[in-house]
Amino acid sequence: MSSPLTRFKAAVADATSNEARRDFIYKALGGYYVSRDKNKNNFRDWQKARECAAQTKYESLNNLAEELEIFSKKIEGRGGHVFFASTPSEAREYILKVARDNGVKKIIKSKCMTSEEIHLNDALEAAGTEVVESDLGEFIQQLRKEPPFHFVFPCMHVKRDEINTLFQENIHSRDTNNPAELTMIAREYLRQKYIDADMGITGANFIVARDGMISVTENEGNSRLSAAMPKIHLVLVGIEKVVPRLEDLALFLPMLATAGAGQPLTGYNTQYAGPRTAENPDGPEQFHVVLLDNNRTQLLADAEHRDALHCMRCGACLNVCPVFKNIGGLSYGTTYQGPIGSLITPHLRGTKNWQHLSYSSSLCGACTQACPVKIDIHDHLLENRRNAATLAPSILWKMIFFGFNFIFAHPKLYALTFKIAKKINPLTKLAGKVPGTLLYGWTGTRKLPEPPKSSFRERFAEHKKQDLSVR
Amino acid sequence: MACVKILERLGHKVVFPERQTCCGQPPHNTGYWKEARKSALRALDIFEDAEVIVGPSGSCIAMMKDGYGDLFKGTEHETRAKALAAKTFEFTQFLVNKLGVTDLGAAFPHKVTFHDGCHGLRMLKAKHESRALLAKVKGLELVEMSEAESCCGFGGTFSVKFPKISTAMVEKKVASILETGAEYVTSLDASCLMNIGGYAAREGLPFKTIHIAEILASQEA
Repeated sequence: MSSPLTRFKAAVADATSNEARRDFIYKALGGYYVSRDKNKNNFRDWQKARECAAQTKYESLNNLAEELEIFSKKIEGRGGHVFFASTPSEAREYILKVARDNGVKKIIKSKCMTSEEIHLNDALEAAGTEVVESDLGEFIQQLRKEPPFHFVFPCMHVKRDEINTLFQENIHSRDTNNPAELTMIAREYLRQKYIDADMGITGANFIVARDGMISVTENEGNSRLSAAMPKIHLVLVGIEKVVPRLEDLALFLPMLATAGAGQPLTGYNTQYAGPRTAENPDGPEQFHVVLLDNNRTQLLADAEHRDALHCMRCGACLNVCPVFKNIGGLSYGTTYQGPIGSLITPHLRGTKNWQHLSYSSSLCGACTQACPVKIDIHDHLLENRRNAATLAPSILWKMIFFGFNFIFAHPKLYALTFKIAKKINPLTKLAGKVPGTLLYGWTGTRKLPEPPKSSFRERFAEHKKQDLSVR
Repeated sequence: MACVKILERLGHKVVFPERQTCCGQPPHNTGYWKEARKSALRALDIFEDAEVIVGPSGSCIAMMKDGYGDLFKGTEHETRAKALAAKTFEFTQFLVNKLGVTDLGAAFPHKVTFHDGCHGLRMLKAKHESRALLAKVKGLELVEMSEAESCCGFGGTFSVKFPKISTAMVEKKVASILETGAEYVTSLDASCLMNIGGYAAREGLPFKTIHIAEILASQEA
């Protein structure tokens, strides 16, 4: 199988040549910037809110083990089950076991990126279980047999006529390009799926540790139905999603909605605390929470990059990233796309195979500026590069920078290099026309500037001489 | 030379230590910090005695003010790096924030749009300075582009490592410049301008690139 880098380059070539799709993504995000900025004004001070959020996440992660223990005790005290999964396979096995033990044949799911991370649907389907995604975007992606394009807007790249065709082919719907009608078609189809499901799987946007709750943010109400209709509600969530207190949601819920979707607050925010009991007849018969590590604790141990675990997956960094907007989410080949994905994937899945993501950024910093919980994303991408270069330096770059340092350590040589460069400029131009060379990367689509007649140092020296003669 | 002219007109003595070469950003940016430290250390030595360091580049200045902090964190040179950072200024920020000058008596009768280079904008927080200076240039009409704050796609070695992404980014940038109908695009950084200009020249597009210092040094003909 080809390497992640080879696949990435091929996907990038494909995506960047699709100008219509790139324009579509730019246009789709245009409205988001306006509503995001408008809703930031609902905060008395957005910058202070960011600081406060970062501080709260810092506090949560510093006490992660304790917070998770309190959380699990609370859930278990109410008759729920909590399972700590170190690896994706442990998480999958637990979920498969719950399904098996309860004779589960059909599952309804709401949006859960953690399940993408562990390839849960494949495992459930292999075990003969029907799994249906109920979030409209995820439902569309499931029919397209494609992973999410964006971890908040899974099908943002799909045009409505494509959805029309997709629905006609897969769920035999009528021919319509009307978004409201298309939504109704999906809704009608999904209603029966909720009723038939033996188990509902959701993710969680927050683990409210000390109150023993999970909090789910959504706009479609599909998560509430997925949690409420089936007899079993299973939550799959990464361990880092902790906030200590219920009142912390007063900040995080509007912040997530504003940064992520440009909304003051999402349509539904629901907290779940356990199964039904004799005193409390609401809720599912069984309530399971699977807490996934999958190398998050390794990232926690990295003092420099631990703040990457602050992420609440709002997607704000993707929405402003010029790389994401031009290459699209599918090119990354990762569960989490965009700047935050490029930052955490080398930590979670290994620097060796995923370092190219840290390099596929101009480090423009738009992500860091957008991040509501103040993750230093672009600086961390640079530090990822440092880690990669330290771990396995490239001989080519070592040589380039050796030459670079040698020339730049000798100003006279540097001045001479300028003169030589000017002389051999036609050669350089020629070299720039050879595909495959490093220089061609730039000159392939751009023209090298003509060298100036004289260098700055020559002109400055001349200027000083004249200056002296005047005096 | 535009920078030198302006600073001298304002009565400052400009010194150019001939030993200076590169700030070390290319290796730093590529992850080769050991190599970057060599260049950075030279700069620490060379500029040790300077009163104020001014550079007409958001990118190099951000490296000296911010990048050196990363490179020398926890080393014996940390204090020196901090001292250097404190006396180093991007050209427009030096004029506006340190000297309090906005009107340089410049004239440039053209329609101009401004590209906010990433380092200047997001690391140095330079935005209003360039506008304040350009507002005082006689005859200059500034037309802001919708993608003013978007990266031009250069990113140093990024542009040769991932040329397809880099080119896609400069395409978007240039489309936004063209929308304004400006004759010139200007910026704090020669590197962004080289990237934008290189693409524009290749495509034969109807605008030119010019560094902001050159506009500010322009006088009435």
